[in-house]
Order: sequence, then C-alpha cells, then structure tokens
Amino acid sequence: MNVVIGGTGIEVSTTDAAFEQVLRTQYAGFIQPESSASIQLTVDLTPPALTDPDADIRVRNEGNRWIMDRGDFHASYDALTRTGIVRQNASRHGLDSVIRIIHSLQLAERSGFLLHAASVIRADRAFVFTGPSGAGKTTISRLAPAGAHLLTDEISYVRKVGGSWKAFGTPFAGELARAGENRNASVEALFLLKHGTENRIRKLNAAVAARSLLRNILFFADDSVLARRLFDTVCEFVESVGVFELSFLPDARVWEWIQ
Amino acid sequence: MDPVTEYYPRRAPNLAARVFRGEAIIMNPADSTLFNLNETATAIWLAADGKSTLRDIVERDILPAFDVHLEDALRDAGEFARSLAEHSILTLQAEPEAG
Repeated sequence: MNVVIGGTGIEVSTTDAAFEQVLRTQYAGFIQPESSASIQLTVDLTPPALTDPDADIRVRNEGNRWIMDRGDFHASYDALTRTGIVRQNASRHGLDSVIRIIHSLQLAERSGFLLHAASVIRADRAFVFTGPSGAGKTTISRLAPAGAHLLTDEISYVRKVGGSWKAFGTPFAGELARAGENRNASVEALFLLKHGTENRIRKLNAAVAARSLLRNILFFADDSVLARRLFDTVCEFVESVGVFELSFLPDARVWEWIQ
Repeated sequence: MDPVTEYYPRRAPNLAARVFRGEAIIMNPADSTLFNLNETATAIWLAADGKSTLRDIVERDILPAFDVHLEDALRDAGEFARSLAEHSILTLQAEPEAG
C-alpha cells in the first residue's frame, strides 16, 4: 500500500495479511494506490533480537544508510535507493515510528519539519498548536468549531511549497486516537500552548519563537548537517509566519481568539 | 579588573546562528544545544573575530551603542564570555588571530 503524507509516498509491503489489514485501518485516509511512491519499505514481522525492549529511539547514519533502533524494532533505510526494511513485531507502532523518522529526514532536506503539534484548517487557513505533552494539543483540537478540519492532534507536518508554508494532515494521532484529515492549507499562525486562567495571546519575537519551535520539533538523527538545515528552515519559518503564545481555558471560546 | 577582558574572544566555527532584530539565536549542530542572546551579548558575539580583545569590543561596540558604564559593561562582558566559552560557543585566546 502507498501511504502518502505531505505529498511523499511510502510503499509499505508485508506478506502478513492480518498485519496489512491493521495498516490499512491505521492509514486509511492516506492510502493512495494511484499515486507513485518515492520510497519502498518492506516490513518483516520477525522481532529483532534487541537487548532492551524499553530502549529509546536511536538513529544513526552509515554512509547512505540510516539505521533506526528502538526496543521493538530495527530498521535500515538507504537514502540513495530510497528503500528500507523494518524488522518488528506485529504492532503498528514500530512501522509508525519508522515512517515518522523517514519523513523527518526527508523534510530536513526539503525546507520542512515534523512538529509536536496539533493543526487545524479553518476557513482555508491552517493554525498550528505546539507544545509538549499535556500542553493542550488534544484539548484545542477537540474544541475546534464546526466546519474546521483536524489535520492532526499530535504530529504536524509543515513544509514550504513554492513561497508558502503549508501544513499537511497526518495519520499520527494523539489522545484523540483518530487520524487527521488528508488535506493541506497555508499556515496562518503558530501558537505555543500554555494552560492559563484566562484566554490570552502574546506575539513572540522571532528569536524566542525559533527556540520554542526547535524544542518541539521531531528530529532523531545524530547528524549535524541536517540539524543545521533544520535550524535554517525554522528561522525562515518564524520570519514569515506569526508565532504566538496562547494561554487558554479549556472551553470553546478560545477559538474566538484564533482568527 | 577581570583578566578575561584582555583575552581575544572568537566565535566558534561550525555554529548555526541567526540574528533577529539584534538578538541572536545560536545552535551547536553537534549536539543541538540552543542559546538566545540579548542585544548586548549579540553585539559582543558578532564582534568576536579573534582580533580584538574583549575590552576593545566593549569600548568600540558596546559603550557607544548601549547606555552602560565601562566597568559594568566589562564585568558583564567577562561573565558572558566565560559562560559562552564553557558551552564552546566562543573561544578565549591569549593572543590575537593572525591575519
């Protein structure tokens, strides 16, 4: 199946019919058989012999190959041939992580980033809400008014297309436990979420905004060249998109402030 | 007098940096550590080419641009330079850069 996120297709192959069905459900809105995939991933449901099942993600580079490990999977991805293999158990979480990592690597080279953020399209404009776990990403998503389109409540995909910064829907779900819609729109504003005792918006200066954004970006690779590119991308983003601190009460009135 | 003001500060190579309205954000790509500098610190950091002492930079670039006294500026600049040197953002050299 061809899983297309942000315009990049990843063809996922597995010989296990039951697992394929799990993936078809997981990525339902993002499977586009008619599109051409630029990346091929084969999933081998042979759990890797890893010593620590609770280990954090490690991503390292060996020539053109990226090696990714966590407690529940081992994967390698050749950036030159754009092919990879994932060894994991039958849980969807391993492959989901590998797909995120590959997108984060691709985006770092293409003026884009994955961000711990919810994003919502309202009136054809995208609003992005970032913050660590517990900051309110799911809450603000749940409170979105009728007619708004949820792109994700957990991991936002942002990329420069032409001269415009666009947010794309992702299947990466947070507490809402549902995939985002497969849509995109130009980013109107980005909000750094804070729980507050009142609804309040404060514009952040670009240096503070860049730092806040960089802290919430998903980037796993130990690669100084890509890290530098990501830094430049974020600096460019905050120079052209307004970044605000949003303190809010958990009720729908907060959306009156988001225009 | 803080002896560090007679050293020649030099920006570390291979850093990623951007200045927004006089305030710098700097990242060390090797470990992704981030630093935000205020306007005064940014002015010192930008002037740190290894050819001027910290005292020279303060007298030439800071005093005319900011409302500060020399002694206060030297003390703050010394603390700032030490702090950045500890994080490998700046090097403090006893001799000026050649060339």
